[in-house]
This record gives sequence, C-alpha cells and structure tokens, in this order.
Amino acid sequence: MRHPPDERAVFRSRLLPYGLLLPQIAITLVFFYWPASQAVWQSFLVQDAFGLKTEFVWLENYRDLFSQPAYYRSLVSTGVFSTAVTALSLSIALLLAVMADKQIRGGAVYRTLLIWPYAVAPAVAGVLWMFMFHPSLGAIAQGLRTLGIDWNPLLNGAQAMILVVLAAAWKQVSYNFLFFLAGLQAIPKSVVEAAAIDGARPARRFWTIVLPLLSPTLFFLIVVNIVYAFFDTFGIIDAITGGGPAKATETLVYKVYSDGRLGGDLGGSAAQSVILMAIVIALTAIQFRYVERRVTY
Amino acid sequence: MVERRRFGNLIPHLILCIGVGIVGFPVSLAFVASTHEPTIIANGQMPLTPGPYVLENYWRTLFVGAGRSTREPVGLMLVNSLLMATIIAVGKIAISILSAYAVVYFRFPFRMAAFWLIFVTLMLPVEVRIYPTYKIVADLGLLDTMAGLTVPLIASATATLLFRQFFMTIPNELVEASKIDGAGPIRFFKDTVLPLSRTNMAALFVILFIYGWNQYLWPLLITTRSDMQTVVIGIKKMIVTSDALTEWQIVMATAILAMLPPVAVVVLMQKLFVRGLVETEK
Repeated sequence: MRHPPDERAVFRSRLLPYGLLLPQIAITLVFFYWPASQAVWQSFLVQDAFGLKTEFVWLENYRDLFSQPAYYRSLVSTGVFSTAVTALSLSIALLLAVMADKQIRGGAVYRTLLIWPYAVAPAVAGVLWMFMFHPSLGAIAQGLRTLGIDWNPLLNGAQAMILVVLAAAWKQVSYNFLFFLAGLQAIPKSVVEAAAIDGARPARRFWTIVLPLLSPTLFFLIVVNIVYAFFDTFGIIDAITGGGPAKATETLVYKVYSDGRLGGDLGGSAAQSVILMAIVIALTAIQFRYVERRVTY
Repeated sequence: MVERRRFGNLIPHLILCIGVGIVGFPVSLAFVASTHEPTIIANGQMPLTPGPYVLENYWRTLFVGAGRSTREPVGLMLVNSLLMATIIAVGKIAISILSAYAVVYFRFPFRMAAFWLIFVTLMLPVEVRIYPTYKIVADLGLLDTMAGLTVPLIASATATLLFRQFFMTIPNELVEASKIDGAGPIRFFKDTVLPLSRTNMAALFVILFIYGWNQYLWPLLITTRSDMQTVVIGIKKMIVTSDALTEWQIVMATAILAMLPPVAVVVLMQKLFVRGLVETEK
C-alpha cells in the first residue's frame, strides 16, 4: 500500500491519543494558559490598598506604566544592555569561528575549550565576574586602579552596566561560536577558492563572499541573542548588581521581579508582564518568518 | 587552505589561544581562590597560583557550607540541583514524546488544536509570567515542594516539536509492517519508536539537564526552606552585603562545584550536546 508523500500511516483508537496528550496539555493549561490569562486580565484591573475592591479600568495600568520615568529608564537600560551583549558576543564569536574554520591543527580542541561556558549557570557566571571585578578584592579591579581608573561598579552605574554586559557576553560567545562555525563550514570551499584565484585577498573574500553567505546565520543569532539578553540574564544581573546601583542595570525582566517583590501594585505588575509577553511573541514571530525563509533559500 | 601564508597558521592559533584564555580566565581565578585562606583573598593579596588549602576548603564546602550565611552544606545543594535537573529533563522528554506520538500517529478531533495549544508555549519563558504562575503554585499548596519546583518548568513545546519532526521522518513502511505483524499503537511505540528515538532523547537530555540545573529565578521564588536550596541559589546567598562576612574561598569552591556537572556533560557528550543545541533551535 503506497501513500502520497504527506500522508502518514496512522493507528485507529478513540481514546488513546487523548490519553497520550493529557499530561502535557494538563500541565500547559494549569501552569501556562491559566497564569498568562490571569496576567492579561489583571492588567486591566485596579485593586484598592486592602485588596477588598477591584475595578475594571481598561488600559489605565498601561497608561500609568508609560507615564513613569522609571519604566523608560528600564526600557533604555534593556536596550543598551541587549545591544551591547549582542554586538560584543557576536563579534568575538565570529572572529574566533573564522579562525577555527581555517584548517588548522587542534581545531576540535579549540572548539571544546570555547563552548563549555554555555553550561555555566547565569548566576554562577555573575559570581565569577563579580569576584574578578570586585572593587576591594578583585584581581582585575586592582589592575584598573593602578591604571588610575576609579573602578567601583557598586556605586557607578555605567561601570555596573559594563560589568553585566561582559559577564552576559562571556556566557553567550560559546553558543554563537558553535553556530557561526557550523555556518562557515557549510560554505562551499570552491566558492572561496574561486575568488582567491581571481586575486581577492582574504579580507576582501571575507566581506564580499563569506559574510553575505553567512547572513542567515547572523540574522538568526541576532534574534536569539536579543532573546537571551532580555530573558536569560536575570541570574547574572541579580548576582552582580541586583539591578543597581540606583537601578542602572534594571532590565525589564528584573523590574517585573523587583516591583512584584515589593507587592502592592498587582495591575501594574501584570501590565509589565503582558508587555514582556508581547515582546517575546514578536521576537519569536520574527525568528519563525526568518526560519521559513532559510528553508526556501 | 587557499593560499600559502608566510607565517603559516600562527595568527589563527594566536587569536584562538587568546580567546581560550579570556574564556577560561574567570574560572581559573575562581579555582585559585578556592584553594587559599580567606584573609589573603579579603586583603586583595591573592597570588595567581593555587594555594595549599584545596582539600580543607572543598571538604568544608561540601559537608559544612558557608557558616555565616547559608548554613547548608553544598553537598546537599548539589543533590537538590541534580534531582531538580533530572526531573525537569526526564519529565519534559516523557510528556513530549507521548504528545508528539499522539499528534503524528493518530487522527482525531481537535488534533491540530491540541498541537497549537502546545506550540504557543514555545514563546513564553516562565520569566515573563513569573508572579501569576507563582500564585497558582501557591494556591495549589506546592510551594517548597519538588513538584512545585519542577512541574511548571516541564511545560514547554521545544521537545514536542523536535519529536514531531523526527517522527515524520520514520518511514511509513515501518508502521505498515508492524500492523501486519498485529502490533497495536502501544507495541509499535515500545518496539520501534522508542529505540529509534534514543539518540534524540539523549541529545535533548543533555540540553534540558543544563537548562534545569541552571534555573535561578523560579527556584528563588518557590523554595524558602534552606534544605531545598539548589546550588545556583545557594551560591548567591553566600555573598553577603557586608564584604567582611563573605567567605570567598567557600563561594569560589561552590562556583567550581556548581559548574562541574553541567560543564562535564557538555565536554564529555559534546556530539550529543551540539546536536541537541542545533535541533532545539530549529
């Protein structure tokens, strides 16, 4: 019996498929759809100080949020942080991947020695970098001080931002390196060789041939890195700065956490969550559109 | 190589070595710090070579802990982390392979609705809906339990998508053949699908184990009991705000111990790790 290519042979059973789906659907409904819809619903409500009365207020919580300078500061910090992390980790990873792609001895060893930071927990990475740059006992902080730099990320907001960016980029280089290397190895050597025979120098070959062919990987990684900087760096920030000093490193995710911990404004906190959800959905949609294009490319 | 270079491959080697050095420096410094006594670290006088207190510091870290802050031995935290990471990884794989099997090998009402219901969860990490989820776990009475710690993190679509994609590549002939042999869906799953999925399961396990081990925000909210602390939470709590009280040699030994299991998984199972990483991102 032949099937058309998209037709699968299937089993017949009335109840079994529902039973198989049950665990995942149940967990998803209880711990995903329920809280997500609660967040959306609460973002339209205002509760009085004693939690006795709630009132439906349409978009007032959102209007409130966008009238707070603190929220704008957090937006700007998130923008600076994610741009810096993405740019730094992508460029270092690309440089290393291009070097590792040359057929040199010990390529596999270099790969192993470069990819392991992926496995280090963000909070642990934060602790490591805090220790190096700790104003009173950090090895590198002392070096900076002998250079005449007044280094204290616990007091100086800009320095705190630099430190969390370094730690976050350090962790992400491994991931980007792996994907860049895979992308580079997929470029046919004959194309590069043809350009070399035409007399194109290595730098010119990189900019005119290698980089354009690598652009799908690059674009994919930009989205992944932004998502990482937004949502996976909570532990790094919490371990190094706790959002400070004076909220200089408070990203949007960190703000949801620290506002919520103070309690009180349930509706405002829910509105913040909803905005974050919208951002993730937008980023995921961009990524998927791109993935489809990569398939037909 | 396209052309001959005057200095051979000296420059790539040099750049890669610098890269490896920068990537490794924070950890080597942490290791050095974990082998010294606290006063030398607190003074900022730490040398760049390991000291003589290796055994003493690691023994204290594993079995006693940082006396002044967390008060729990790190050995216990490591067990908690191991338990949490394993439950999350195994749980995700188990529920995903079942639901993917249902979606691919059966036709039933609401099949695509069920698939989309799962698919949408791909987009929302727990971080963005943290307090509503916390509240539900609290209402269910699951705070400070292993179930509350792990089950909400088990819900995600990545693994389901991966298994679905893989099942679509299993040739129809295998299904037909086992039907002729009189096998039902459960036997086909046990005898054919599971063995074929072994590599995929292993690759996923590597990625999900690291994901589970490194969880931070969720356990921070869900667990308040100190004997339930995971190592990633515990290390943060060891750093007290007043510097004088932080036992940095213990903190650094904990850092080394906390990254050892997931890093070992990546290094020793590199092939599976790379495969898992690439496939889960598709």
